[in-house]
Amino acid sequence: MSHLITNYYETTAVIIFGIGFTTLLLNRNMIKKIIGFNFMDSSIYLFLAAKGYIFGRKAPIVVNGVQDMEAYINPIPSGLVLTGIVVSVSVTAFLLALTIRLYYRYHTLDIDRIIQMAKKEED
Amino acid sequence: MALVQNFPFLSIILSLSGGVVCSVLKGKNARNYCLFVLGVILIFSLSTLGYVLRTGEAYNYMMGHFPAPWGNEIRVGVLECLMASVFSAVMMLSLLGGMHHIFEDCEKTKVNFYFTMVCLLTSSLLALVYTNDLFTGYVFVEINTIASCALVMVRYRSGKALVATTRYLIMSLLGSGLFLIGITILYDLTGHLLMQNIAQSVAMLFATGTYAFPLAVIICLFSMGLAIKSACFPFHTWLPDAHGNATVSSSAILSGLVLKGYIFLLIKIFYRVIGMEFIFQDKATNVLFVFGILAMILGSLKAMREQDLKRMLAYSSVAQIGYVYLGIGLGTTAGLTAACLQIIVHAITKPMLFITAGGFMDVSGGSKQFRDLQGAGYRDRLGGLAFVVGALSMIGIPFFAGFVSKVLLTTASIEYASLKTIIALATLAISTLLNACYYIPAMLTLFTHPKEDRFGSKPIKLHRSYIVALVVLIVFNFAVGIFSQPLTEAIQSGIAMFR
Repeated sequence: MSHLITNYYETTAVIIFGIGFTTLLLNRNMIKKIIGFNFMDSSIYLFLAAKGYIFGRKAPIVVNGVQDMEAYINPIPSGLVLTGIVVSVSVTAFLLALTIRLYYRYHTLDIDRIIQMAKKEED
Repeated sequence: MALVQNFPFLSIILSLSGGVVCSVLKGKNARNYCLFVLGVILIFSLSTLGYVLRTGEAYNYMMGHFPAPWGNEIRVGVLECLMASVFSAVMMLSLLGGMHHIFEDCEKTKVNFYFTMVCLLTSSLLALVYTNDLFTGYVFVEINTIASCALVMVRYRSGKALVATTRYLIMSLLGSGLFLIGITILYDLTGHLLMQNIAQSVAMLFATGTYAFPLAVIICLFSMGLAIKSACFPFHTWLPDAHGNATVSSSAILSGLVLKGYIFLLIKIFYRVIGMEFIFQDKATNVLFVFGILAMILGSLKAMREQDLKRMLAYSSVAQIGYVYLGIGLGTTAGLTAACLQIIVHAITKPMLFITAGGFMDVSGGSKQFRDLQGAGYRDRLGGLAFVVGALSMIGIPFFAGFVSKVLLTTASIEYASLKTIIALATLAISTLLNACYYIPAMLTLFTHPKEDRFGSKPIKLHRSYIVALVVLIVFNFAVGIFSQPLTEAIQSGIAMFR
């Protein structure tokens, strides 16, 4: 239990991941699903950023000529977060485009009803 | 450094840039450019394969000659080159086989985007095969997801295809979310992203016994994530819709190649990142073994009940993926060899079946229901022949490709000698029987003269690209079925290089 409190960033991240994951999996509303997906990915970035941060140090941008490694935080997780954000933005765009198509066709955002309506259609 | 050593990197870049170029070309030009790129990649992969077989050892290629953590690495061994060659060849043949369907199903002005997506898919598959860096693996997993969903979405005028895309995309995103958090936790434990560095740290962690629980969680996350994406049994629900409703080439590519890319990444993670002895210790192989067994039986049972040819083939893919997981689940080198061979065999057989399904739809008024397909084997003789070859191969008749992988799976499970052996052998027997139970009625339907002659009984003129694709795939099938020895040896030497 005490570990969960000391590592509260990671604990929060995993809880948010769980919320996002279940929303993406179980919610019937497409928009809420997309929000859930963004929750899920953001929680992973929180996890990464928390793990890359070293207390009392600065972002690794050399300004006053300080080149000592001890002065800066680990830059690799930040790089990973940036890459991850790009990926999740493009996937979100795709999902939203798909939702627009579904809405034009079926006039609802409820995925269960959409599936039922699609089953009745001929090819 | 020999020139050949640059080829794997060049093929990834070539197909990525091919995606950009295709997006500005007109439909037919995009098609030609895409086929040209695939041909070049095939030649590149084959020559790299020859090089690696000659030197007998794998090499790491640093992009831009920067060492980690600044640069990125790919790793080239026999198994990787073999998969890359098979993937590019099958990709080309699947495109050829369904070419006229692509031009019919896509909107006229947007055909070039289909080829853009095919190029992106090729590059991501190659990157999944070659990568030596886990995070690069993740990025290309996502590119793969987007490209393959776009390939399903091509028939957006059909509501079913739209819904299938949505389900496919959502399931894929769940899978990649689990995979990403797995990578994140593993990076936090080890501080590395390159596979061999992680492997060293993980071995140290296991030796000292620290972080045993997080490592088990990581193994679970990786297996779950990639199992969802490769449609391993309990997570297969998206597959029949997606593969059954896509255009012919898309179904062939998705079923034959995309699933295999993820499985190959999983194999790489098991063998090169975490190490098989630790996977074994955590009993993850047992779970995959059970999933494989269930997939083999239940996938076939579902396929038996289908009245729709393409959906039947899709459920058969679920069963065949089960064979691959059975091989991985045995956890031995022999099991892995069988799994890799099964990947190749399924990659050359299932696209052929999907292409013939497209051909039968042409001669049966666009329907893929069995009641309309009666006698389609006479109206499209070549398709009928190819379907028979593919079906017999899937059942596992000698001289066809499927037989070889089943023999290897059987010998691998006999070598294992434990309770798993009996279960594996019994399931192999039952699933062979079940395969026969749905492929033989399908063949009989195709070669039964219908009562009323709705579509005419004369063979129609076939497209040239369709003929080429089917003939080459039939030849491949027999080649693998009869001369499997060199292929098996290549896979074995590739696995030996994995360390």
